[in-house]
Amino acid sequence: MNHSKVSELYNRHYGGLFLFIAALVIVPFVANSFLLSVLILVGLYGIVTTGLTMLMGYAGQISLGHAAFYGIGAYASAVMTGTYGMPGIVGILVGVAFAGTVAVLIGIPTLKLKENYLALATLGFGIIIFTFFKELKEITGGLNGFFGIPSFNLFGFAFDTDLKFYFLIWALLIVGILFSKNIIDSRVGRALRSIHGSDVAANSIGVNIQQYKLKVFVLSAVYASVAGSLYAHYVTFINPNLFTAMESITFLIMVVIGGSANIWGGMIGAIVYVLLNELLKEVVPMFFPNVGGEFQIVFFGILLVAILIYMPQGLAPTLGKVWRRLAGRKNKKAAVTGPPNADATVGGSKS
Amino acid sequence: MSKPLLEVKGLTKAFGGVIAVSEVDFHLNEGEIVAVIGPNGAGKTTLFNMITGVLPPTSGQVFFDGKEVTGNQPYQIAKAGITRTFQNLQVFENMSVIENVMTGVHCRLKTGFLQAGLRLMGVKREEQQAFDVAMSCLEKVGIADLAFEAAEVLPYGNQRLLEIARASASSPKLILLDEPMAGLNPQESRQLVDIIKKKREEGMSFLFVEHDMETVMGISDRIVVIDYGKKIAEGTPAEIYENEKVIAAYLGTEEEEEAI
Repeated sequence: MNHSKVSELYNRHYGGLFLFIAALVIVPFVANSFLLSVLILVGLYGIVTTGLTMLMGYAGQISLGHAAFYGIGAYASAVMTGTYGMPGIVGILVGVAFAGTVAVLIGIPTLKLKENYLALATLGFGIIIFTFFKELKEITGGLNGFFGIPSFNLFGFAFDTDLKFYFLIWALLIVGILFSKNIIDSRVGRALRSIHGSDVAANSIGVNIQQYKLKVFVLSAVYASVAGSLYAHYVTFINPNLFTAMESITFLIMVVIGGSANIWGGMIGAIVYVLLNELLKEVVPMFFPNVGGEFQIVFFGILLVAILIYMPQGLAPTLGKVWRRLAGRKNKKAAVTGPPNADATVGGSKS
Repeated sequence: MSKPLLEVKGLTKAFGGVIAVSEVDFHLNEGEIVAVIGPNGAGKTTLFNMITGVLPPTSGQVFFDGKEVTGNQPYQIAKAGITRTFQNLQVFENMSVIENVMTGVHCRLKTGFLQAGLRLMGVKREEQQAFDVAMSCLEKVGIADLAFEAAEVLPYGNQRLLEIARASASSPKLILLDEPMAGLNPQESRQLVDIIKKKREEGMSFLFVEHDMETVMGISDRIVVIDYGKKIAEGTPAEIYENEKVIAAYLGTEEEEEAI
């Protein structure tokens, strides 16, 4: 093999992606309305977890506060469109500006911290924002929630059915994933990963690690905020309990299940989590009629531990191998090289 | 010789009451290979950490290429043209070998988040540029055939070579090597000496800490000797070899040397 081109390094073939998109287009026409609503939820979570994968999987910075950014987006859209009657896009932009600013203000002090300390600091931040949602009653409606958020409207086109919304969300998710993948396969992505690999070494070769950590934190906050905005439009009613620390932990679980060092991992984690969650809701009462939602938490807790022990790279690399085998590719270097090629879960067919 | 490339003046570091490095002065001219030696705990690594911005000095100054860089952040120092390797290896284990070196090109490239995300014009060109530079750095240290391997699977000696390739990727004027020979077998050591000499011919300068006296005496133009945080001698290998103070403080403990 002639390794003279950078294209040998990063998989930038899109055959698999087109197949995936084709599947996405077909699915809603064969799915029932329940499955469609589940897939919309998957897409929304996928947007959040894709941003979070950049932060956690690549840059190695943990966050237990992303439900706050998700909530900021949701409330920004609720207030802008619900209270002030502004167009949906204004709500999204206000959310993004707000979440981005908060991320900068929170990120500057907390991103100096490492690992467990950073996790605790972001957890605390999430609780503070949750309290704001709860207590700023005039704006947010407090614990009673915010009612009557209009459906999303973009330049006169109303996303007023589940089908339209499904396409909006998944198109956005794909764009979000491609944007992230482009970043990862570049100077910026290597800088982020170098921080994860060894922050002293990264610093010593010219990577401004504080700046990169902050920027990727802001980027992940923006992803979460956009998803939150659209979530608000989709469910039309929100309350603070949707944006608790538990929700942040749920995002984290999705990222770990999917594979935190894989750009498709966030989406895969969201699919697996949401589908399993729905399945548990159906199955568990059949065997244990008296248990409530607590059971799911226990189940996912165990799953999280099991994945961390037996599959620390998450599901994505395994699925990537399966895909390559299906696509008939000789899986030569992918097995040894790991992350750079493993993120070809969907993105690779030609060789 | 012209104006020194690196000049260290009165550099001091105190950790509370303990003075790790005290009033150290020395300089390094362009194209020179200078060794810093001294018994364990003499303050060599602390000195390195101050020069590369990892630790802020308590007092004293560092000048590089005519500009003061005292107290700058490591990434700023790297941009100015000083990179380093580490005593305890710090390769990016989450990347392939070539990506490690491509990261080394970081400060010579410009792509930012938005440009990269949208894959705007220029990104592809920069990527190819980074790749080509990285590949030639790997070729120079002789591990180009391992470019696509995961860095973590490389044997120890190759990881050292990888660190040197990474440190040289941004074409720095000066590379600091912290115990480059530690853990290498004699053959690997010779290979590394050849690489350093070859890079010097290309105009790079080296400052290194080393315990292996054979290497130190063999490739250094000058040697700076530190003991208990103070500079006790400076000179050519021949001068250092004769120096009474050095013999007393350092070379006299031959058995200890063997043990390291």
